[in-house]
Amino acid sequence: MIRGVTRRPLLGLLIPAAVAVLFIALPLIGLLLHVDWSNLPSQLVSTDVLTALRLSLECSIIAVAVSLIIGVPLAYLLARTGLPGRRVIRGLVTLPLVLPPVVGGIALQTALGRTTPIGTVLDHFGIVLPFSTAGAAIAEAFVGFPFLVITVEAGLRQRDDHFEEMAATLGARPWRRFWQVTMPLAAPSIAAGAALCWARALGEFGATITFAGSFPGTTETLPIAAYTSFEGSGQIGMAITLSLLLLAISVLVLVVLRDRWLGALR
Amino acid sequence: MKIRTRTLLVFGTTAIALAGCGSSPSSGPSASPDPLSGSITVFAASSLTSAFNTAEKGLEVDHPGFTAQYSYGSSQALVTQVINGAPADVIATANTSTMQQLVAKGLVNTPEALCKNKLEIIVAPGNPKGIKTLADLANPSLSVVLAQPGVPVGDYATKALAAAHITVTPKSLQLDDALLVEQVESGNADAALVFVTDVVTAGGKVTGVPIPDAQNVIGTYEIAVLKASTHAAAAQAFVTDAVSGDVQTQLLADGFLKAS
Repeated sequence: MIRGVTRRPLLGLLIPAAVAVLFIALPLIGLLLHVDWSNLPSQLVSTDVLTALRLSLECSIIAVAVSLIIGVPLAYLLARTGLPGRRVIRGLVTLPLVLPPVVGGIALQTALGRTTPIGTVLDHFGIVLPFSTAGAAIAEAFVGFPFLVITVEAGLRQRDDHFEEMAATLGARPWRRFWQVTMPLAAPSIAAGAALCWARALGEFGATITFAGSFPGTTETLPIAAYTSFEGSGQIGMAITLSLLLLAISVLVLVVLRDRWLGALR
Repeated sequence: MKIRTRTLLVFGTTAIALAGCGSSPSSGPSASPDPLSGSITVFAASSLTSAFNTAEKGLEVDHPGFTAQYSYGSSQALVTQVINGAPADVIATANTSTMQQLVAKGLVNTPEALCKNKLEIIVAPGNPKGIKTLADLANPSLSVVLAQPGVPVGDYATKALAAAHITVTPKSLQLDDALLVEQVESGNADAALVFVTDVVTAGGKVTGVPIPDAQNVIGTYEIAVLKASTHAAAAQAFVTDAVSGDVQTQLLADGFLKAS
């Protein structure tokens, strides 16, 4: 039986593998051990936490909406057309995935800050992005939207286009084919991409605090609130509560994505 | 100025040498070695960056074999790190209440007063918005940034504004004074409340608007040796020098006030 050979565990691999599992699990266990469970309910419904949660949801949903509006068309063009410079564009769009977020924040600052040419024009219309919720949402979209573009593009690529061809031979106009054939077929990958983009936006810290600053109710999202309670005011208990909340949301995203949507990535 | 630095340094080193003799009788009759040797790690409030970096060069020249690694940040952040076991030898905070957390936990020896500092308003070079007083900061059309509560410069600002019955709605709460200066420098913020010394070290990139002493808050910086220090003798020598030697000269040059 050849299968039996590969099933026998190699002890030499088992040990580093166990270390790998502990490496991820131990910090999470540490976090859970330090949660003040008796005060947790009252902390979770405190104004500080609810304000940060509401703001985080607001910013991350705006970030996903922006990413959908500009990301899906880009993914479609990258996957289905002979767009010139496709590879360069794809590389550019995926750059925020590997770019340190704080660099993204500094870059946004130099492009859209209040005294930059664009910032000056926006200022005329009364729009100031730094220190505003819109600025925080833009920073989150900047780091989150590559997840959407990559996922949707992969989804569109792996499906061949014979349904679109069929619709064309039946006389459907291009826009009708796009909305009634391509988009419904891409729906699972769009949903998966949006969920990944949302999770990344929700956890975004570096670009947001660098570009948009930190103020409760305006730009202090959950991760920033966790950081400022830990580093700024020394309220470690509050930092742990906020971390637990973010951990719970992350686990929820994974569970929801596990079977229903991650299939689109395979 | 140069001569004065030298003189102070002589006093400083003499003091250290005497302190060294007094504190270590067990070292026997042989001449005690320069206690300021080896490598120590100093955690310091970010407003001390310029003073400590400059003084450090002098210390390294005068005490061959001595080096110091500095970690600058918000005092509260540094205190949190020390509580969590960060391996530092000396900590200098920008107020007494952050240091008090370490004293309460028994993590430091008795702190010594290092210097004093007070607030100043910073604005863009040339003060284009014509900000003259603390009360001007209440203008809602201005973009004002302050420091997080708990951060010393933020607490000083809160005290000063409360005493003057002025309500300021900041656009952002930054984690330390260096980040406040940066926001005004970049033009994102019109004004911020920082230490008078931040204005000195920022050079011409911002303009300072002084706050009269009656409205100002004057706070004390403290410095202490960590009980967990593995280089206690060198750490104590550094603290002694900081409160009475070469470092003091640099602190005064940067705009700090004498501790007493």
